[in-house]
Amino acid sequence: MNYIVGAFKPPCDISIAFSDARTRKQIAVKNDNGRTVMVPVFQSLETISGEVSVVPVPGKRIEHLGVKIELLGQIELYLERGKFYDFTSLGMESYYGHLSYHHHRSPKLSFPIVTIPDILAVRELDIPGEIYEKKTYPFEFSTVEMPYESYNGTNVRLRYILKVTISRNIMGMGSIVEFREFCVRNYSPAPTINNSIKMEVGIEDCLHIEFEYSKSKYHLKDVIIGKIYFLLVRIKIKNMELEIRRRESTGAGSSAYVETETLAKFELMDGAPVRGESIPVRLFLTPYELTPSYRNINNKFSVKYYLNLVLVDEEDRRYFKQQEITMYRLLETAQAS
Amino acid sequence: MLPDGGADDEERWLAEGIAGVQQNAFYMHRALDSNNLKDALKYSAQMLSELRTSRLSPHKYYDLYMRAFDEMRKLEMFFREETRRGSCSVVDLYELVQHAGNVLPRLYLLCTVGSVYIKSKEAPAKDVLKDLVEMCRGIQHPLRGLFLRSYLSQISRDKLPDIGSEYEGDADSINDAVEFVLQNFIEMNKLWVRMQHQGPVREKEKRGKERNELRDLVGKNLHVLSQIEGVDLDMYKETVLPRILEQVVNCKDELAQFYLMDCIIQVFPDEYHLQTLETLLSAFPQLQPNVDIKTVLSQLMDRLSSYAAASPEVLPEFLQVEAFAKFSNAIGKVIEAQVDMPVVGAVTLYVSLLTFTLRVHPDRLDYVDQVLGACVKKLSGNAKLEDSRATKQIVALLSAPLEKYSNIVTALELSNYPRVMDYLDNSTTKVMALVIIQSIMKNTTCISTSDKIEALFDLIKGLIKDMDGAQNDELDDEDFKEEQNSVARLIHMLHNDDHEEMLKILCTVQKHILQGGPKRLPFTVPSLVFSALKLVRRLQGQDGDVIGEEVPATPKKIFQILHQTIEALSCVPSPELALRLYLQCAEAANDCDLEPVAYEFFTQAFILYEEEIADSKAQITAIHLIIGTLQRMNIFGVENRDTLTHKTTGYSAKLLKKPDQCRAVYACSHLFWTDDQDGIMDGERVLLCLKRALRIANAAQQMANVTRGSSGSVALFIEILNKYLYFFEKGIPEITNTVIQDLIELIRTEKQSENTVADPSTEAFFASTLRYIEFQKQKGGSIGEKYEQIKTT
Repeated sequence: MNYIVGAFKPPCDISIAFSDARTRKQIAVKNDNGRTVMVPVFQSLETISGEVSVVPVPGKRIEHLGVKIELLGQIELYLERGKFYDFTSLGMESYYGHLSYHHHRSPKLSFPIVTIPDILAVRELDIPGEIYEKKTYPFEFSTVEMPYESYNGTNVRLRYILKVTISRNIMGMGSIVEFREFCVRNYSPAPTINNSIKMEVGIEDCLHIEFEYSKSKYHLKDVIIGKIYFLLVRIKIKNMELEIRRRESTGAGSSAYVETETLAKFELMDGAPVRGESIPVRLFLTPYELTPSYRNINNKFSVKYYLNLVLVDEEDRRYFKQQEITMYRLLETAQAS
Repeated sequence: MLPDGGADDEERWLAEGIAGVQQNAFYMHRALDSNNLKDALKYSAQMLSELRTSRLSPHKYYDLYMRAFDEMRKLEMFFREETRRGSCSVVDLYELVQHAGNVLPRLYLLCTVGSVYIKSKEAPAKDVLKDLVEMCRGIQHPLRGLFLRSYLSQISRDKLPDIGSEYEGDADSINDAVEFVLQNFIEMNKLWVRMQHQGPVREKEKRGKERNELRDLVGKNLHVLSQIEGVDLDMYKETVLPRILEQVVNCKDELAQFYLMDCIIQVFPDEYHLQTLETLLSAFPQLQPNVDIKTVLSQLMDRLSSYAAASPEVLPEFLQVEAFAKFSNAIGKVIEAQVDMPVVGAVTLYVSLLTFTLRVHPDRLDYVDQVLGACVKKLSGNAKLEDSRATKQIVALLSAPLEKYSNIVTALELSNYPRVMDYLDNSTTKVMALVIIQSIMKNTTCISTSDKIEALFDLIKGLIKDMDGAQNDELDDEDFKEEQNSVARLIHMLHNDDHEEMLKILCTVQKHILQGGPKRLPFTVPSLVFSALKLVRRLQGQDGDVIGEEVPATPKKIFQILHQTIEALSCVPSPELALRLYLQCAEAANDCDLEPVAYEFFTQAFILYEEEIADSKAQITAIHLIIGTLQRMNIFGVENRDTLTHKTTGYSAKLLKKPDQCRAVYACSHLFWTDDQDGIMDGERVLLCLKRALRIANAAQQMANVTRGSSGSVALFIEILNKYLYFFEKGIPEITNTVIQDLIELIRTEKQSENTVADPSTEAFFASTLRYIEFQKQKGGSIGEKYEQIKTT
């Protein structure tokens, strides 16, 4: 990471290491440059501990007003072009200067708006003084509440960051900062109530189907089992597919924005069925990059998942029915058993 | 369905498809070689995507499928390796392939891994199979679905949890194996049937053809079922057959019903059919009206009858299950259900049933009659049959018992036999009648009671008399003669050693043939006459005296019949024939010592001669016949004999041409000289005849001289000379060597007269006559002495 402020070369090298880096699970995330990096995974109320080491450039002496480490949770929103926001006043422009990745995914969105990061916890590591040589500071945030998961969506991003600041305010020199991102995933127990989704839909005298998905709540590595029963078929169906769609809604009121993305297109049936046919559904969720459903996260955004059953006729007309499903993250050890 | 486009387009599409398969197969192989599972899955899925095409006809699609199929074998081997190495568990693999987004490649891959899964035995075969057959529902496109399921069937064939198989699970696993195959069969059939109803109406026929090409994919399942070890009779009876039939009946598709019924019959053992006959047959009436049931049902009956023929020990089972009754019943129901079935169909069914009966129950004539009866019942609504195919089948129906029993007598016991024949048109009735006669001839069957003959004549009445509305003009003369000759031959086959019965037979025959009309009588009457005369001879040989009045079979009685019969010829008219027959009868009567009868026959013959025979040539023939017969008669008293001989000589002298007169007259000479002991020997009248002949010959000579300027042949004289010689040898006193000498001289003179034309044959005749005299002289003895006086030079 190289988020260096100013034109000067930094006078020191700061690194943040987690104490259980070797054993802790890591996952790959894409950073703003589009590179994949490995970040450690934590969950809410876990203790985040480690060591910050500051190594001055040889022969240099760092005079500072104190060293601190902060645990930040932040939500980033990208809104439509044309709306004006004054970011510079926030003094963080360089930090959010790399949007190509998002550009790529949603070209119509180009200008970011950032919500102020939420400082969840701070630890003072050193009192004002000078650093002549390598100095290490152990840190520990115990049982930090991180109720929201890290999320990297189309228009919104939720991140957790450790930020080390060596404060300076001498001779125009700014503070030296270093960031370290980590990921938060929270697990839910299997729901006690998990009803099936069952529904009869149709177009009068044209098409009547009954579909059933065994559950309404799925964990991320679940399988969707179900069946589609054809009660009446008077149109020439070409095929049928099941889509998994993600609806990400951001903002509220006039600035509310909804983005829907199809994450999976899974062909269930090839050809035209006749009355009385029942087509099995078995869709493994593993191959798709899904997250749990998020409901009104910090009043900023929601992520919902839908199963969309689509029937395509020979003229390529599409008949569909969308059903919301709830996604949750099941503790993997629990899942394995 | 296929868009319009020529065969060229299709070739191109196929080529593209094959190229796609090959290209992806290439990358797949590379992935396999480098153990790259992910790429292997990716490229195999892409390869299988070529099978998603809708543009190929079944034939071409099959081509493409086979190429992909070969590649899938390699992939399967790789999967097996992969799981054995432990780099990927088969369970994981089973999930992994289901990540494919397109359903068709996904299911092909699933089946392939499924095969490995079963082989690994990590899960019971039945569970995997059940999952596969269930998941395959995702393909609802008929062609693609059929091939996919065919693939499933292919890879699972050796992995069914059959009894004795290494995949056999718990006690119930055979049910799972059967259930799996049945389900796949049912789904395939549904797809196959559906094919008929998709796409434009104008291509209906083409689709029918295409479907026919695919039928074996469906039928294969039945074959698999038949191969399952665990499908024993009970299982077949309780589960397999009812389920198959349910599907066959419910699919309501002609093509499928016909093919599948046939398939069932072909693939399962005969023994099963026999034991489930009722169930199997109950399906037939439920089939669609246009299904060619007769062919299928015939096949079944053929098979079972062959089965019975091949293993006679199963015959009791046929009886036990009442096979005949069931078939008979089923046919009745089918005919009832298929209102539109043409008559030919129904009759064909009966033919099959009859064949079955004849082969399985040859001793049950009542069954045969029952079949015929049922056929009559079916036909009863109709008038005569006009459909030539139906007629043909009826002929087959009627011929079958004849062939089987090779004895018409058996057929005559079938009360319904003639009733069936009644429905044939006239010409076919005749054909059938000929078949019957030929059968009799071939087997030299002797029909020996008048009842049977009555029945027989009823059968062949088409030949015996004119049928209503028959158009005889159409009939070829040759054919007619052929037919009637057959009837004539038939009459000789009617025989009984018992005289009374034989008499009855004759009466019956007479009754029938007299209905024949002028065209037939000349053929049939002679047969009857001679057959009757044969009886006369037998009676006569038995004992000369007639014993009492009670015995009906007397020669007298027979002669009465003969008289009537021959009289019938007068209406033809065929006087020459009648005359001959009268003479034959007269001769027979002679041998029976029945003078009045013989006299009566002669009278009849003479009446015919006088009144009916006008043609001079016919007269000549007739007169010689009369002379010949009369000569042999020895019962006439003097008066009768005189009357008859007098008449005869009178006729002879009244012939038109002189030479004919001459010859007849000298022939008459024999009437007065018989060699019998108590025969007439009237030399004077012999000489009288010969002299009269000479006079006529002379007159003939003169007439020839006058009319042609040359005298006729002296042949007549030589002939008369020969007669003289004959009687000379017989020793008639009135004929002396002087008379003969004179005659020889006369001939010589005649020959030398200027007007005579030399005729080599006459010369030779004369020369040989003279040589004969010389020969007799040399022989010596009493004859030689008599000749001594005659000079030949």
